[in-house]
Amino acid sequence: MTTTAEPPTATSGGLRVDDVSWSVKGTVIVDGIELQGRPGEITGLLGPNGSGKTTLLRAIARLTRPDRGVVLLGGTDLSSLRRRDLARKLAVVEQHSGTDLDVTVLDVVLLGRTPYRSALQGDSEHDRVLALDALDQVDMLDLAGRKWTTLSGGEKQRVQLARALTQQPALLVLDEPTNHLDIAHALSLLALVRHAGLTTIAALHDLNLAAMFCDHLVVLNRGRLVAAGAPAEVLTPDLLREVYEVDADVSRHPQTGRPLLTFHPPSPRSNGTGHTTPGVAT
Amino acid sequence: MNSAPAPGVAADRTTTPPAGSTPSPLPRSRRRMLGSGAIVAAAVLILTGSILVAVTLGQAGISVREVWTVMTDRLGLSFLQVDTLGLGAQHPSDIRADVIWNMRLPRTLSAALIGAGLAVVGAIMQTLTRNPMADPYLLGISSGASFGAVMVIVAGIGGGLFGVSLGAFGGALGAFMLVLIIGQSSGTLTPVRMILAGVAIGALCSALTSFVILWVADPHATQDVQFWLSGSLAASRWSSLQIASVVFVAALLLFLWNARTLNAFTFGDDAAASLGVDVNRIRWLLLVACALLTGVLVAVSGSIGFVGLLLPHAVRFLVGPDHRLVLPLSALLGGVFLLWVDTVARTVFDPRELPVGVVTAIVGVPAFIWVLRKKQVRG
Repeated sequence: MTTTAEPPTATSGGLRVDDVSWSVKGTVIVDGIELQGRPGEITGLLGPNGSGKTTLLRAIARLTRPDRGVVLLGGTDLSSLRRRDLARKLAVVEQHSGTDLDVTVLDVVLLGRTPYRSALQGDSEHDRVLALDALDQVDMLDLAGRKWTTLSGGEKQRVQLARALTQQPALLVLDEPTNHLDIAHALSLLALVRHAGLTTIAALHDLNLAAMFCDHLVVLNRGRLVAAGAPAEVLTPDLLREVYEVDADVSRHPQTGRPLLTFHPPSPRSNGTGHTTPGVAT
Repeated sequence: MNSAPAPGVAADRTTTPPAGSTPSPLPRSRRRMLGSGAIVAAAVLILTGSILVAVTLGQAGISVREVWTVMTDRLGLSFLQVDTLGLGAQHPSDIRADVIWNMRLPRTLSAALIGAGLAVVGAIMQTLTRNPMADPYLLGISSGASFGAVMVIVAGIGGGLFGVSLGAFGGALGAFMLVLIIGQSSGTLTPVRMILAGVAIGALCSALTSFVILWVADPHATQDVQFWLSGSLAASRWSSLQIASVVFVAALLLFLWNARTLNAFTFGDDAAASLGVDVNRIRWLLLVACALLTGVLVAVSGSIGFVGLLLPHAVRFLVGPDHRLVLPLSALLGGVFLLWVDTVARTVFDPRELPVGVVTAIVGVPAFIWVLRKKQVRG
């Protein structure tokens, strides 16, 4: 198990989560989480289903009010901001966004300007340039006039990323953004996130994708932080067995040098919970 | 499109983003916005024209010029009687002038006002509850308003139309709260549950309304039941328009002020919140305004169904989902719609009158089914 070794950088534009806890009906969902996201880096939030990743992200984005703890961005306590000001600093991409409405791609991206416009203002030329730039950045400019409902899952997520960029945030919060995507779209979406160069915290399910794109990983298990550090420090066979109850070999990616995980099929007897999986990693 | 994203992390970082100068395709939504002023202006003309023409229709063959003359005379605007526009002065007899000014005009304007108000309430409720089937009548809110109004009348609280409007507001708000509470399952509103809750609450309020009226049993009881349960504009007078028009204008301004905020609800409450919207405050403010507006409208016309369902969908079909355009157009075309429906209701079987709610239901139910099928309403 590793812990954060980096010196605190909270004042220099990064994210600092300090002792955040949240419980519902007596069940603790997130328990005293401390973590840091350095400026311009992608922090990957890992952990099995129900480990508290989404809740933690919701607490960071103030969609849930934590029972305890503070979230600081560049030294500012996010809970002290008006919601509108918060939306200029922090943008969220959910794992799935649906609507019945007949909106176009450009309509959706322009929603990102909502926190910058007063009630009666229309979309300015500036808003439009920002929106089209963001669409260009996610390689969707050609589809600006298309209807949202006609897009594929991967295209929808890229449009939502463009919308988030149009908010001009300092922090990007991504909740399993690649969940419903095929591998090509998952890779290209995360490459676009990298390319944006913003301080980012992203819950991810695919550990190999996390290893490839994140600068820093944080692992949650049953609401507690169990590991944090560089991908190579965090993604070890021991941790995978302890947290995910799977056996895996960890090698190096031939191209990136990042950790590369090869999972073992579960043995027939331990098909259920996996609690009794015998350790077979070398 | 998916050129292998070089996983070489450092390499990726150094790629410069495409320069700020973007080719400027003009997507349809922009062109739509450019023309939005013209569309609203056209709708204003259609509404004005409809009012002028609808007033002429009925037993005593009246001409548009007569209507124009009476209107402009009474409003002190006789300089608008311009011959070149075909709108020169043509003074009708006193009796005809009285029919125009004291019967036809208040009724026509009431129809337009009620239609406009119901359509706007429907549009707001559909957005805030994320329920394409939301409509003040289908959700039982109009029936709640009827019940509240009847209780105020029966209890003899007085206050005239103001007291009745207040009672209707109370009933509307109470019914709405009940529907929201019953329609919830584990914290989220599901459209179908909400409609079912609305049907139940609406049936209960209608039954209680009939019960109370028939219990008190004044000589007009049957007519009263019909008025409150399926609506009628036959009793419209200038005096009955005042409260409703003031509340309508105030509510419409509030809604237009929040039009951009309402767009932020496109992807739901969380998405709106992360775009900087204070979701709870806005939701309560606007839903209470919806209940208030529904209440004062029902106090004038009884509960008329389906206008709030039909019009916002028709408008979105025409101009897309931007509330900055959907709200004013729903109001204008809602006015046009109910005005013509009421004109049909009062003229087709002349001298007998069809209850206006019967006609809106005949038009509205097919629309209901269309929405149900097209929007794949989530369970």
